[in-house]
Amino acid sequence: MSDDTAATASAAPIVRARGLSKRYGTTMALDHVDLQIAPGRIVGLIGPNGAGKTTALKAILGLTEFDGELSVLGLDPRTHRTELMQQVCFIADVAVLPRWLRVGEAVDFVAGVHPRFSREKCMALLARTKIQPTQRVRELSKGMIVQLHLALVMAIDARLLVLDEPTLGLDILYRKEFYETLLNDYFDHEKTILVTTHQVEEIERILTDLIFIRDGKIALDASMDAVGERYAEVMVAPDKADAARALKPLSERQVFGKSIFLFDGIDHARLAALGDLHKPSIADLFVATMKGTYA
Amino acid sequence: MSTVMPTNKFAWLLKREFWEYRGAFLWTPVITSIVMLALVVFGLVIAEHTASRSGVNLNGINFNEISAHLNEGNAAKLHAGLTIGLLSLGFPIGVALFFVLFAYGIGALYNDRADRSVLFWKSLPISDTETVLAKVVAMALIAPVLAVGAMIVLHVGFLVILSLWVLAHGINPMLLWSPGHLLALWAKLILLVPINALWALPSIGWLLLCSSFARSKPFLWAVALPVVTGVLISMVHLMNSLSLPSGWFWRNVVGRLLFSIIPGTWVDAADLRSFDHEDRLPEALNSLLSFDTLGHLMSSPNFLIGVAAGAAMIVGAIYFRRKRTESYA
Repeated sequence: MSDDTAATASAAPIVRARGLSKRYGTTMALDHVDLQIAPGRIVGLIGPNGAGKTTALKAILGLTEFDGELSVLGLDPRTHRTELMQQVCFIADVAVLPRWLRVGEAVDFVAGVHPRFSREKCMALLARTKIQPTQRVRELSKGMIVQLHLALVMAIDARLLVLDEPTLGLDILYRKEFYETLLNDYFDHEKTILVTTHQVEEIERILTDLIFIRDGKIALDASMDAVGERYAEVMVAPDKADAARALKPLSERQVFGKSIFLFDGIDHARLAALGDLHKPSIADLFVATMKGTYA
Repeated sequence: MSTVMPTNKFAWLLKREFWEYRGAFLWTPVITSIVMLALVVFGLVIAEHTASRSGVNLNGINFNEISAHLNEGNAAKLHAGLTIGLLSLGFPIGVALFFVLFAYGIGALYNDRADRSVLFWKSLPISDTETVLAKVVAMALIAPVLAVGAMIVLHVGFLVILSLWVLAHGINPMLLWSPGHLLALWAKLILLVPINALWALPSIGWLLLCSSFARSKPFLWAVALPVVTGVLISMVHLMNSLSLPSGWFWRNVVGRLLFSIIPGTWVDAADLRSFDHEDRLPEALNSLLSFDTLGHLMSSPNFLIGVAAGAAMIVGAIYFRRKRTESYA
């Protein structure tokens, strides 16, 4: 059955959710979310604190109960977590490697329990760092712990990699290296990466898809190409500002005496007449979309 | 899926427990043994100064008696006495094992939730059942086997020291070494490991259940819940002078939940009373560890209900291991 399922599975969505809901007391952490993630994509799941990002990831990883339908690689994560974890990897954040564990023990252990782990690949990745096999995790810096975790995870031939704030608390050198390594040495068209982070600027260029989540609901779900076609930012001189406002921009901000307007679904040729046209950054798009979240 | 499952996954889980608790499982009994041997040497030095006036007792071994028996050639009695001496010499290792297992059980399914490393373990293809059962095996077999190993080393060390001492007194030390008795004793200690393990199951299950269930302070859950219940029952018993069996509750519930991990706590007090009669020492010792006694024990309701309750609590621990990924401490 192996070849068969592999062939059909690569075309089928990696994650499919329908009416995915999760309630904590009176708040809906996830409110009837419909979602599909295709193979070979790098998807950014972006949302304010408490929007339901981590809950969604936990549901996908089989770490929480939920209502509605959810299938990951064709499996129900609630009942098939062990099977799923052969094909799904995740890095929660920098703090989760056990502090007593030695580097060599970590490699031995994952090699022992994970059928898709390549010791050679892991050792090659570790050789590029200053990490020594006899060191304990507690002796490593935050950045080195992430390097170790990344080496362990990248040596696993998984189909879905889930990253929840993977670079939290790291300095900029480690953060940059993290995503570069991931993109250059890991990602290919067989693999799918789902990432949440607050540092949206850093992943902006590597994402293929964008999902905004707000109050447990999907606020935006589009490919980066579609985002570029749909949204546009225009820098408008003061004399044309009123004309721009008439087109109902999502947001307006002032920079150096000029106004920057963010538009949704307005013909780009029309906007070009008002001023310089830019592709909006995810951060600006996010701020405009999430307006009023904390109000 | 075309992947081959690693056949020795469970062995790796056990190895992980040993890595994490090497200090507790291995070094605690080894250091206890070293301390006991140091006390023996210290005792003998003291004995050299006081032995002439009165008999010296060390861990239940009367040294004057030993030399007396050696002279008489009363081998059976000597070796029975020596066996009891060796057993009691190893008792502190049993006590240390209790503390090790108690601390381990409380933390086994809690500590990784408190420091969130549970998210790393759960990112690997290991089921919650395998995880919990590895911890049961660590408590029931790994730690006790290492403790028995340390006891055997302690026994040999003790006999070596004792041999040197009697040699210095011009007695043939070979009389102390009876391979038959020693091997029988050690074989019994090893055979008792699985019996101790089954007896300990209610404690193992209870500690792991609390460790898995508690959102914070698993120690408080494990100790306070049975003790407070016991106190309440005792108070009701006192106030109403009803025939509520509060002593029964302390012995069979509180005791079994918290102290069954002490090896040999299944020994019935009645069996030990025969040790008061010195003449029947060899027979008493034999009967204590005989298959009759063990068979009787293993078919007793106390033992069997304990095993069932322990298994049920382990199932509960697995359930909560699946449900709880983070603590809120």
